[in-house]
Amino acid sequence: MANIFGTPLKRREDPRLITGKGKFTDDIQLPGMLYAAMLRSPHAHANIKSINTVNAEQADGVVAIYTGKDLQGKMEPIPTAWLPPDSNIQTPDHPALAMDKVRYVGDAVAMVIAESRYAARDALDLIDVEYETLPVNVDQEKAMADNATLLHDGVENNLAYHWKAGSVAEEVFDQSEVVIKQRFRQQRLIPNPMEMRASVADYNSASGDMTIWCTSQNPHIHRFILSGVLGIPESKLQIISVDVGGGFGCKIAVYPGEALVGFAARELNRPIKWAEDRSEHFLSTTHGRDVILDVELAGKRDGTFEALRIKNIANMGAYLSTAGPGVETILFGLITPGPYRIKHAQVETYGVFTNTTPTDAYRGAGRPEATYLIERMVDLYANEIGMDPLEIRRRNLIGKDEFPYDNALGLQYDSGDYERSLDKALEMLDYEKFRSEQEEARNQGKYIGVGFSTYVEICGLGPSKVAGAVGFQGGLWESATIRVHPTGKVSVFTGTSPHGQGEETTFAQIVSQKFGIPQEDIEVIHSDTDRIPMGWGTYGSRTTPVGGAAIAIAADRVLNKAKKIAAHMLEAAEEDIDFVDGSFQVKGVPDSAASFADVTLQAYVAWDLPDGIEPALEEQAFYDPDNFVYPFGAHACIVEIDAETGEIEIKRYIAVDDPGPVINPMVAEGQVHGGIVQGVGQALWEGAVYNEQGQLLSGTFMDYTMPKARFFPNFEAAFTETPSPVNQLGVKGIGETGTIAATPAVVNAVIDALEPFGVKELDMPLTPEKIWSVLQNGRKTE
Amino acid sequence: MSNPTVEVTITVNGMQKKAEIEPRMLLVHALRDTFNLTGTHIGCDTSQCGACTVLLNGEAVKSCTVLAVQVDGAEVTTVEGLGEMNDLHPIQEGFWEKHGLQCGFCTPGVMIAAVDLLKNNPQPTEAEIRNGLEGVICRCTGYENIVRAIQYASDKMTSSEAEKLSVMVSDLKEES
Repeated sequence: MANIFGTPLKRREDPRLITGKGKFTDDIQLPGMLYAAMLRSPHAHANIKSINTVNAEQADGVVAIYTGKDLQGKMEPIPTAWLPPDSNIQTPDHPALAMDKVRYVGDAVAMVIAESRYAARDALDLIDVEYETLPVNVDQEKAMADNATLLHDGVENNLAYHWKAGSVAEEVFDQSEVVIKQRFRQQRLIPNPMEMRASVADYNSASGDMTIWCTSQNPHIHRFILSGVLGIPESKLQIISVDVGGGFGCKIAVYPGEALVGFAARELNRPIKWAEDRSEHFLSTTHGRDVILDVELAGKRDGTFEALRIKNIANMGAYLSTAGPGVETILFGLITPGPYRIKHAQVETYGVFTNTTPTDAYRGAGRPEATYLIERMVDLYANEIGMDPLEIRRRNLIGKDEFPYDNALGLQYDSGDYERSLDKALEMLDYEKFRSEQEEARNQGKYIGVGFSTYVEICGLGPSKVAGAVGFQGGLWESATIRVHPTGKVSVFTGTSPHGQGEETTFAQIVSQKFGIPQEDIEVIHSDTDRIPMGWGTYGSRTTPVGGAAIAIAADRVLNKAKKIAAHMLEAAEEDIDFVDGSFQVKGVPDSAASFADVTLQAYVAWDLPDGIEPALEEQAFYDPDNFVYPFGAHACIVEIDAETGEIEIKRYIAVDDPGPVINPMVAEGQVHGGIVQGVGQALWEGAVYNEQGQLLSGTFMDYTMPKARFFPNFEAAFTETPSPVNQLGVKGIGETGTIAATPAVVNAVIDALEPFGVKELDMPLTPEKIWSVLQNGRKTE
Repeated sequence: MSNPTVEVTITVNGMQKKAEIEPRMLLVHALRDTFNLTGTHIGCDTSQCGACTVLLNGEAVKSCTVLAVQVDGAEVTTVEGLGEMNDLHPIQEGFWEKHGLQCGFCTPGVMIAAVDLLKNNPQPTEAEIRNGLEGVICRCTGYENIVRAIQYASDKMTSSEAEKLSVMVSDLKEES
């Protein structure tokens, strides 16, 4: 059997998706189904004086209308599931429907249930809500000020938490030869998967069973939390999220919507569907980033880094979303030293409530913020001491012989060969040639630049004991069940929840490799809590390093048992059996062999099993990794600036990523492409904008720039494959590397191109207007 | 419900369908909710994302921007009408071969837009493909593999056209 690990197989999930036969949540139609629509606050901060639903209740097709008080005693508030320790975290109630106060534009105030989508939407206009508006906080720094209006009673200075890790003595900075200080602002982003959120609930009043289909990246976490919110035992609550149209972090959180359809289905004893539209998605689905970073990097004049100190003021929005508090603390803070030898580091984060949509994970979640910060600081440092940005990187990169490496904030990087990926990127780039072209271009009044990003990230979330230590209210191990059927066909059940990443294919490749059977004989089943043992879902590039590794362990257990049965069948000692190309063979007697299917059948008919061996062939693994895994790489970007319009064109984009052994290069490269586009999107175009009144100005695709096909050249993507010692497959993660690496590569390139204008720092997104202003001002001072 | 309805007859994927609908109903809702053709998706409400793109009398339109009553008597092709697994349209084949989809949500609309693009320009350059995708948004793929998928379909459709032509030419030669 050929080696299937490493083969660019076409995806198993595609046939249903290219023929229109996928099953996304909004595709679910149930007999007697009703439709929900949410009335959302038009004000960012207001007391609710009264709600009058009389006219709406009498409208055609309206079945019921619920407001916050109707939920009391029947549904708990929506909880937060990440509580960083020693951070004085405040978790004010987040009611699914606002009680007496709304705290952001989009906060749900009432829910209409009607016979059709259209009737439900019509009725929203007939509900009268009397509001008393209050002063609004949009900016997190202003919201912390002593005179700012408070969002939540008892939460002083709107401070949701104050988290800190590491410490650096003041003298270290005082005595350093070089100290670079910089403030960065990372704009707010809107995840915008192409499928918006939706949920359908179906309740059986006789048995008490509830099924909820919803757009989730982690159906078991949804079950865990919704069970508590709705008061339904987990044994009676089924969550299904089979086809999910992208998530990028915003489908991790448990929202009011999913809980409310469950509540209404139980109240009315009818199936209920709710599907948000895009405008609603912009307002009510979590946003990402939105941080103010004050950074100091100290070191020697020869370019050696010594200490890093960071203050992050993070905008949490109006409530703490499910994983929100973990993003700008644990996921951001601990990796800020990046791939560099930095002896001392200190990071603290102030999480602040504002009258904006809650923030939570967005592709990369904390690590893009960390990577942007350190990679920009490295360039600023190089600029200050007049050193080439590549030379300063090489001087500080952790060497391949230094692993495992303990960074200054307590992470242990498992493995790495950072210079190898950088070398490969430079080979593809031809740096010297570029510098001479740049010189020539400048002489002709053209501005081109190159930027680098040598990154390391944390993936494979993660060891459960670490999850507990950092306040995540759950485990982060993963489950795998492998059921070999009597005919030798295989069902693989994973607790992860792929939604575009292709694991129905890559997980089949892992099992095919293990069992030596064709991948067509293997089905990968996920995202249905009644079919699959508890697992923790898909985020943080954990699916393959944790879920895939769990499958490999379960597969070994299957083979271990099958080998005992084969030995008995072949009348040989177990240690004399080799498993070769899908066949159990007696060593030295090639004719004496049993195929995988022969052994499987014997396991099921159980006519003659060895003593102490139970019938059937099904094994399970609950794998809890010892450490995170740490993918790394080097990205390089070349930009050209249109001196007349300020527009930036990506001329080349080179990505060398090291995710460990690549299972399916076609799928892995696809992940890199998508990640780069989201990273470049942040660097150049995307940005959520609120006005002072808390109105989201960028609330549709007309105003929020989504990257399009014509914005990009073809990418130059390559891999290095340094196996991780953490799991038996050596795999790390590839889902977020592009987003993590791209923003500093692009911004460094633009700053490099603008060098003749003396500009050192520009906040993203680097819109044409911003660049044009730099060009104009630069020219004035020439 | 007391809202007035009208009867429409629409040929969807070659099958004539009748329905009583509200005059304000969008074509995309008629396809999804009335005709149960859920392969066509809704990705926005401002006619930008193109997930709902279908062919109306052979031309690509965004079905969220067309009222169902406007297409009374017309022909509509959705992803379900492009091709089945045993007879895939070259564009479907291209998307599968070249990994042109990840979550697959935008894919039906993007494939239909690509069919329209190739109808008007059977052998587009890479730049023409990228510009031709202006009406659709994909958040997963980074577009590069979508471009490759469309190039694949273009090659396949062009070579099968060329094959047909050469068969016709040799038939003509034999006849003469």
